Amino acid sequence: MKTRDINREIIRFVQGDIPVESRPFASLAERLNLSEKEIVERIRDLRDQGVIRRFAAILRHYNAGFKVNAMVAWKVAVADADRVGTIMAGFDEVSHCYLREVPAEFGYNLFSMIHARSTEQINTLLEELAFRTGISDYMIIKSIRELKKVSMEYV
Amino acid sequence: MNNLDRLDRRILNLMQNDFPLTTQPYLDMARKLDISEEEVLTRIQAMKQRGIIRRTGAILDSRKMGFYSTLCACRVKEEQIDKVAAIINAQKGVTHNYVRDHYYNIWFTLTAPSQDEARKIIKNVEQIAGVKILIMPAIKTYKIKVSLNMGENNED
Repeated sequence: MKTRDINREIIRFVQGDIPVESRPFASLAERLNLSEKEIVERIRDLRDQGVIRRFAAILRHYNAGFKVNAMVAWKVAVADADRVGTIMAGFDEVSHCYLREVPAEFGYNLFSMIHARSTEQINTLLEELAFRTGISDYMIIKSIRELKKVSMEYV
Repeated sequence: MNNLDRLDRRILNLMQNDFPLTTQPYLDMARKLDISEEEVLTRIQAMKQRGIIRRTGAILDSRKMGFYSTLCACRVKEEQIDKVAAIINAQKGVTHNYVRDHYYNIWFTLTAPSQDEARKIIKNVEQIAGVKILIMPAIKTYKIKVSLNMGENNED
């Protein structure tokens, strides 16, 4: 099997949910005819290359006690976006922060996703973010109902 | 707090922020937490069953995987939401989809093998559902790190 095909199989395995057992990579190693150590080293290589952004547990926010999430869109001058984005990224409660290409009529171009335990916590945080960045033109785009949430299957 | 004791919360923080990439990750976690591997496995299994842990694995960089992804939004009449949502959800690359409290009331993310492929999918949904879709791809990423601080130092 070529390196590319092996990596493909490894990605197929780790893009899902690894088994909760003492040696979670043993079955994959056996199937690919490699040692578990080789599998782990390849996963680490993929992480070092940035193909794997992180290797971690993903929680269900709501069940973990983070009952409120808000997508917040800020109106920011593109030239100022790096400064604002960097400040926002520094907050633990901000899980995602992007500058987006948006239609001119919409105009709110810097998106941050916030997870919190309560609406009060969100409001306090928004005040703090607005104060620290100096950006006061923003809209909260609260979720009302989840329609779909899955992890991407790339291969 | 969801009946998660301090050890559960320590396990969750460790799994989110510092999951050991080793052949026996749960044993390494157990050593760090000064408990048995058996206890780590049992507690993780229980938290999966209770729906607290969604999955454990790799979070891939869609761009480095050669994929294109974008945020999309559309405005749909209240009574059409479920019908349109079903059409959107049927697309394989749609990973998140929410009804939101906004003029545009459906917001979803789409990941596709290329920008062309994404455009095709969007056009197709527009035609079937009879809606206009706003496309808002990221130009710059400042942060992608979902890690919920479980507050392991709290005594409750």
